[in-house]
Amino acid sequence: MKTIEGLLGEHLYFQGMPPEYLALLAGCGRNVQFTPGQYINREGQEANEFYAIRHGKVTLEMFVPGRGPVTLHTLSEGEVFGWSWIFPPYRWMFDARAVEVTRAVAFDGLCLRTKCENDPAMGYDFMKRFAQVAVARLDSARLQLLDVYGTVQRR
Amino acid sequence: MERYNGGNAGDAARVRAAVDPAAALAPSRCRVDRVRRETSDTFTLDLSAIDAGTGFHFGAGQFNMLYVFGIGEVPIAISGDPTKPEKLVHTVRTVGAVTEALCALKKGDAVGVRGPFGTAWPVDEAHGRDVVIVAGGIGLAPVRPIVYQVLAHRSRHGRLVLLYGSRTPQDLLYAKELERWRARLDVDVQVTVDAAARGWRGNVGFVTTLVARAPFDPKNAVAFVCGPEVMMRYTAVELQRRGVAPADIHISMERNMTCGVGLCGHCQFGPHFVCTDGPVFALPRVEPLLTIREL
Repeated sequence: MKTIEGLLGEHLYFQGMPPEYLALLAGCGRNVQFTPGQYINREGQEANEFYAIRHGKVTLEMFVPGRGPVTLHTLSEGEVFGWSWIFPPYRWMFDARAVEVTRAVAFDGLCLRTKCENDPAMGYDFMKRFAQVAVARLDSARLQLLDVYGTVQRR
Repeated sequence: MERYNGGNAGDAARVRAAVDPAAALAPSRCRVDRVRRETSDTFTLDLSAIDAGTGFHFGAGQFNMLYVFGIGEVPIAISGDPTKPEKLVHTVRTVGAVTEALCALKKGDAVGVRGPFGTAWPVDEAHGRDVVIVAGGIGLAPVRPIVYQVLAHRSRHGRLVLLYGSRTPQDLLYAKELERWRARLDVDVQVTVDAAARGWRGNVGFVTTLVARAPFDPKNAVAFVCGPEVMMRYTAVELQRRGVAPADIHISMERNMTCGVGLCGHCQFGPHFVCTDGPVFALPRVEPLLTIREL
């Protein structure tokens, strides 16, 4: 059976991270599994965790009155989600729901914050990765907003 | 049907010198054999020759000028199988008077065809290498011939990866064909949409998000990208971030192709005529032009 540290070493998000950082971060992680349709988190709930998906598929959703749950983004193996644990008020902004059987490493947010504060070099490495994901997600959201497939010049 | 073939050369001067304007500008008559509705605004025409000929030989990525008699002419990419030249297939989105007239055609109607024109996807460059196709919206039509060509000669290539983005699940082109390809063990098909209702079990997100995790070797892959220009720009960035060399990324440009043979200049894009130097370009040839406004 693989250790959390071993699992992190194989995960795309942690690729190239020094082993000593992986060992530190692994101390905050635990293996979790979700069944299809299971909500991992709900908007407004306290955000204590950060997830690195190992297998499966997760949707980020928002409930819109009159429309119901709207899927904003789908995440799968090698991706991460959950950054509300970094900043106050530590509340989830979206619903996260497993679409398939999903296995992930769940990190304790308080534990992560403490380790990042105590080891700024590791914290910087971790946050750089986080920022890269956040920027990519923002780029994707902007392109989705552009609706590039929907607007066509009339000829 | 003997036709002028722009081929792969991408040398506008040589191509223009080779053009016999009278032959290139005169349409041949074709018969509509079938009209299939793909989505609410997109349909596929199957055509066969009325005038005697030897078939529609074309390279994946080339386009024809389709002429609705009395209405006008539009450039439409060929979306059929290059290994089956007896049938000409075009997928058309209704965006104006001519395409709406094309949509209104019925089985047995006649349509004028000029072509094939322009450069083809350099599929041969992907011999022994992974083939990565990234398509957005109607951009799946001009890359579909690549899939046919690779599947017809499957052992020549490494992995075949198709990443396709669409507006919504209802806007997906060739949905049944995508399912068939997805069911194959030698093709990796990943589909994403920009927006979906709850029932959609696939991905939601822009097509660029699929690139990072797609199963291919970036150092030994050739990428073919087709879709709206914004989508191609960002996809090229993602492919390069993944490690694909710019020279191994090919995109298909769209401009106002009118004559199709580099004579009228309507499709000029910087120093290039898209109708003869393109529509398929290796990224380094056009990348600096993509960020010039209003070009």
